[in-house]
Formats: sequence, structure tokens, C-alpha cells
Amino acid sequence: MTPLPLGRRIRLHILEQSHRARFGHIGSALSIADIVAVLFDGVLRGAGADRERFILSKGHAVLALYAALYETGRIDRRTLDSYCTDGTPLGAHPEHVLGPIDFSTGSLGHGLSYGAGSALAARMLGSARRTFVLISDAELNEGTVWEAAMFAAHHRLGSLVAIVDVNGQQALGPTKQVLDLEPLVPRWEAFGWTAREVDGHDVAALRTALDSIDGTSARPHVLLARTTAGSGVSFMEDRVEWRYLPLSDEQYASAAAEVTRPEAR
Amino acid sequence: MRAAFVETLAELAERDPRVVLLTGDLGFNMLEPLAERFPDRFVNVGVAEQNMVGVATGLAEAGMIPFVYSIATFATMRPYEFIRNGPVLHQLPVRIVGVGGGFEYGNNGATHYGLEDIGILRLQRGLTVVVPADDSHARAAFTQTYALPRPVYYRLSKGGPAIPGPATDFVLGKLTRLRAGRDLALVALGPTATDALAAADLLGAEGIDAAVAVVESFNPSPGDDLADFLADVPFAVSIESHFVDGGLGSFVAEVIAERGLPTRLRRCGLDDLPRGITGSVPFLKEWFGLSPRAIAGTGASLLAFARR
Repeated sequence: MTPLPLGRRIRLHILEQSHRARFGHIGSALSIADIVAVLFDGVLRGAGADRERFILSKGHAVLALYAALYETGRIDRRTLDSYCTDGTPLGAHPEHVLGPIDFSTGSLGHGLSYGAGSALAARMLGSARRTFVLISDAELNEGTVWEAAMFAAHHRLGSLVAIVDVNGQQALGPTKQVLDLEPLVPRWEAFGWTAREVDGHDVAALRTALDSIDGTSARPHVLLARTTAGSGVSFMEDRVEWRYLPLSDEQYASAAAEVTRPEAR
Repeated sequence: MRAAFVETLAELAERDPRVVLLTGDLGFNMLEPLAERFPDRFVNVGVAEQNMVGVATGLAEAGMIPFVYSIATFATMRPYEFIRNGPVLHQLPVRIVGVGGGFEYGNNGATHYGLEDIGILRLQRGLTVVVPADDSHARAAFTQTYALPRPVYYRLSKGGPAIPGPATDFVLGKLTRLRAGRDLALVALGPTATDALAAADLLGAEGIDAAVAVVESFNPSPGDDLADFLADVPFAVSIESHFVDGGLGSFVAEVIAERGLPTRLRRCGLDDLPRGITGSVPFLKEWFGLSPRAIAGTGASLLAFARR
């Protein structure tokens, strides 16, 4: 039997851990499963001080990151299984005290500024490393994202790559109803970024888009990844309640079966 | 004190390539020498203090020592959550430089006053707060603290006289005693030490023997020193260009209460935002009870009240 693709293994961990911990944010974590899979499967390079930085600015989707860290051997099974238990650093938002995580996040609107500083530091230190920041579309409501966007463009931080998880959902409803920021591509372009849309669940397209980024260019880069909240689990897709709900045993069994089914995406 | 900052920072930047200066589009006729001398390590981030602290966090994570510069209230209040979740949470050496604490921006009015900066930053135990009393203390403070492996907030005066009397120096976490006295202790925050000393002179003329000490840092805070200073004096007055809550006055009250000292305290400072009152710094000192005359009056009335 061929092993499941990384994105589906990440989904299975998300379901398993959130079911065990009875903790929400499942839909948001599933939405970035394929993006995180591609980043951790060959995009992020380097080690030590020159390692490429990854900042999960939408920290509430951290379960996808923990799963990727486990699947790529950066944390062990026991650590993964401590998710949301008493005394663990693996809470519902990333903590930098966990070795492979560089930045603690959770309050939206911080990550792109951290990333801009990180990219500026790389330039000052003569390092070619890139910085990747994964932000949510709802996070674009925060004015600080645009402060950072202006700054990065003005300073020509071409090694900075923002990936926006455009799943169209936010805490109380569809982004289009809460605070519509479309059209996103011209908006980012107007801020001086190279912007392109990509299917956030098409692993090959994501890989091509990320591989083609020129870290030495004069403009920072944004990938507007069109995704589906709850992606891979049909009863969760595009349903806002899966931002909050834990899984019952039956729902877990059904969801796990779906993401491990051979014909599943 | 701004000039002392610029000169000292130039020296530090010269010998330490990790030093970077970010400004929130302030520092006209002040920061230009740094910009010219270290063009690759000087960044005007524009009027965006939150992003400035976020960028500094990213720089510090990569091993730099970024200084961020703005007016005290803009440097602390606007980006407060960025300070907390960035350098404080990550324990990174970001330096926040706030100019013109208290009401030094006189006629600019309440929006430009830094009346909460010490209180809100003292709350963050993982961040060191430094309030140098004069230029020479500021130089010593920068040199002693610039390489600390944790964030630091420097509250700088725009100008101000040297502390009169025998030479003293800034020592992180220590209380500096400026004058001995038996009847009353005046505990001053940073540059208000000058007014406290002048108040002590006025009190002396009335036969009240006032001791004076200055607090210049929190986290580490001079709790033991202050308890020693207050041990033999029945009355104390705290003096700060800040709200009486949260800053020095609260710190002195905590030391008295937690150590069970018999000292009776009054706190000089502001108790609310001024609305519609602007003016020169001397005028505002008088208005808010922080002039030497007003401080002396508070001290004398405390003694008179308690002796009644």
C-alpha cells in the first residue's frame, strides 16, 4: 500500500489530536494542511542561523504545524500526543519554546511584521535565507498587516513570502459578509507586492508557485492560496461551526475514513 | 538626554555590528548623524509603531539588537501588545526608546503625554524599565544595559539639568541616595530628582529634614534599597511625572505594604488625563503639584496632618 500523501497524513493527525483533546479550530487547520505539507516537504531550507524562517501568523491553525513537525521528524510522537494536555508547550497556538518553532503567535496581525524584520535581518547579515509567513484572510482585517506590507515593499524585501490562506471564513461568518477585502490580487499589487493566486489544495501548483519565487527580487511575494475551511472532510467544508466544535467519536471515525480513503484528494 | 542617547548609541553601533536603529519617523535634528554614519543599520519605518516593534522582534530573533525610537507615549501605548507578545514573550533584546515622558510635550497636550508608560511596562516583569535621572546617568544606563539578553525600555527626557550635588551614577536595579534626612523621604522617579532636591531645600528652611533618593529602574527594581531608605523615616512622598497609579507611587506603596513598614506615603503625580490644560513644563509642574514648591507643600502637609 502506498503511503498517504503528506497533506492527508497531516489531516489525519489534526483529526486525531483534536478528537482526543476535544479542542476546536479543526476547520482552519485543515484549510492549511496542503500549504504546510509543501513548505515542510522541500521548500523550507537550511539549518542553524541560516535556516529559512516560517511564521504561522494564524496561530490558531497550529495543529497542522505540529503534525508537519512530527511527520518530518522534528518532534516525536510523545510530544505530538501532548497537544492540549496539562503542562505541555503544545497548546492551541504555537510557542517558540518548542525548538522548531521560531515565533509564538496567536494574536492576529503580528506575523508579517516579524517576517519583515526577519527578512531585513537576513539582508543585513548577508544571508540568502527566505522568510515565509502564513496568514489568514480574516487576519487581513488587522491594520498592522498593511503596515508590514507597506514596509516590506518599500524596503524591497524580496526574500519575504506571505501566503494568505483565503478560505473565506472568519469567526462569525463568511469574510465577504464580515469585511470584504476582495479583490485581493490588485490590493496586494497596489501595495507593491508580487501577487498571484494559487489553488491552496493543489500540491503541485503550490510547489511550482513556491519554487518559482525569486528571493532576490525587488518585491516581496504573496501567494493568495484559495482554500476550503475544513478541507478534506466533506461535512466540515465551508462550515463555520468547525472553527469551534470538537469531534464526536462517530464524526471522528467518518472524517478519518474520508481523509485516508484511497480516492480522497 | 536625547543627545546623550545619540552619542552613546553611535559609540555602541561603532563597536557592535548587531546594533540597529529604527525610528517611527521622529528625531528631526537629532538622529541624522546616526543615519549618515550607519546607513545600513538605520531605518525610518514611517509612522507605524506597531510594525516598528514587530520588525524589531524579527531583527532580534536573528541576532540583532534593535533600538526603536519614538515619543514615549507612541513608543509604548500604540505597540503595547507587540511589545508584550514580541520581545517580552520571546525574551529578545529589543530596546524601546521613548522620548519626553510625563508632560514634557507641554503645549502639545494630552495625546503627547507619556503618563502610563512606566506603569504598563513595569507590569511586564520580563522587560527592564530605565528612567535615567540626567545625561550622565543616561550614558551609564545605555552602556550597562544595551547588551542585556532581554527587552529594555528607556524613558528619556528631552533635556534637563544634571543632578546637583556630588557626582552619582546609574546602577541598574539600585536606588541612588542623593541626600540624607530624618523627617521625610522624597522618592523621585528619574529626572524629577532635581525637583525633589529643590523641594528638600525648601523643607529644610521650614525645619523639616528631608532625605532624597532617585529610582531609575524597574525589573530589577530597587525594593531592598528602598526598604532600607525608608526604614528610619516615618513619612514618604513619591514624585513622578506619570499617573500616581502603576508607576513609582505604586512601587513605593508595594514596598511599604509588603514589608510591613510603618511609613506613611503620599504620592505626587497625575491622577487623571488632563483635559484642556496645556502649557510650558514649569507651568504644568506647578499645575500638577510637581514643582519644588508643590512637592515641599505636600511633604509639609503630610507631616502636619500626621502630627495633628
